[in-house]
Amino acid sequence: MTTTNCLECTAEIKVPSDAIDGEIVTCAECGTAFELEISSGSPSVITLKPAESVGEDWGE
Amino acid sequence: MTKISMVYDLVRLEEKAIIEAARKSPRNVELRIFDSKDLYFDLSDGRRAEDTFGQVVLQRCASYFRNLHLTAILEGYGLKVVNNLDTAITMGNKLLLSIVLNKHGIPTPRTKLAFTEDSALKALDELGYPAIIKPTVGSWGRLVALLNDRDAAKSVIEDREEMFPIYHVYYLQEKIRRPPRDIRAVVIGDRTVAAIYRISTSGDWRTNTARGGRSENLPVSKELDELCLNATRPFGKGIYGVDLMESKERGLVVHEINNTTEFKNVMAQSKVDIPNLIVDYLADLSIELRR
Repeated sequence: MTTTNCLECTAEIKVPSDAIDGEIVTCAECGTAFELEISSGSPSVITLKPAESVGEDWGE
Repeated sequence: MTKISMVYDLVRLEEKAIIEAARKSPRNVELRIFDSKDLYFDLSDGRRAEDTFGQVVLQRCASYFRNLHLTAILEGYGLKVVNNLDTAITMGNKLLLSIVLNKHGIPTPRTKLAFTEDSALKALDELGYPAIIKPTVGSWGRLVALLNDRDAAKSVIEDREEMFPIYHVYYLQEKIRRPPRDIRAVVIGDRTVAAIYRISTSGDWRTNTARGGRSENLPVSKELDELCLNATRPFGKGIYGVDLMESKERGLVVHEINNTTEFKNVMAQSKVDIPNLIVDYLADLSIELRR
């Protein structure tokens, strides 16, 4: 488990240790959803970007 | 080492479970994962495709259009994508799927198609009310509407006339008389591996678990297995989510087959290790292709 800070409200966001690139995390304080960008280097660097909203073509 | 890949755009429980299953697999599998949003391609040069992806790629993109176009590119490079492009095109469009099901004599709800408000209302008069209107492309129950009578149909169709032209293709289906539940069965390769009932809750007539329906395990009977295999046979072996209803008059009818099936509820209720079965299936496919 590692942490990063919400881009909206700066609250701490917990990132699970098995998180993968593209995974969505949500800020527990303000509810904003972010997509994780995890660099492939070692140690990997985690950055946040606003998550895609549910697309009209999303599904199974 | 068997090298396989998974392409995705949304990390759901299913994608994480597949990664974990590959990590734990005794089959000596290397699963490479690719967020499709980070990929770009040179269509004139696919020489490095197999080095990058391996021969077998599991397609898990939630975006239908991303899924379709990415599958086309990878197949164009000569890779085996599960499921293949023809299947993705057909299963992503309810009309095309209905045509295949009818052609192969698979029991399925009676369906009519029309292109204008007038012809749609005439088709519905023949079909009878209540009926269902669905977009030909779409998922998770979006824009699926129950038409209880002609007035409701007219209102819904008038609204659709103001929408993007794909919504002017009126796919109209009889409302099957059924218990307040439907069935999701998962087919991997040549076997129906698990199934659940999806039970509608909170007054919604739709049973999609994406809409809050709950689920219960359903042991796979011989009848269910045979019907699911018959319904998916025209597409060849693959990984499918078959949706069925229990018609009071006709028995089991297939109303949808999902190309990039979600299975977290099936896995939770049936206790079948679907991610492991998927990894095994992909590893077997990769070995078969190398022979």
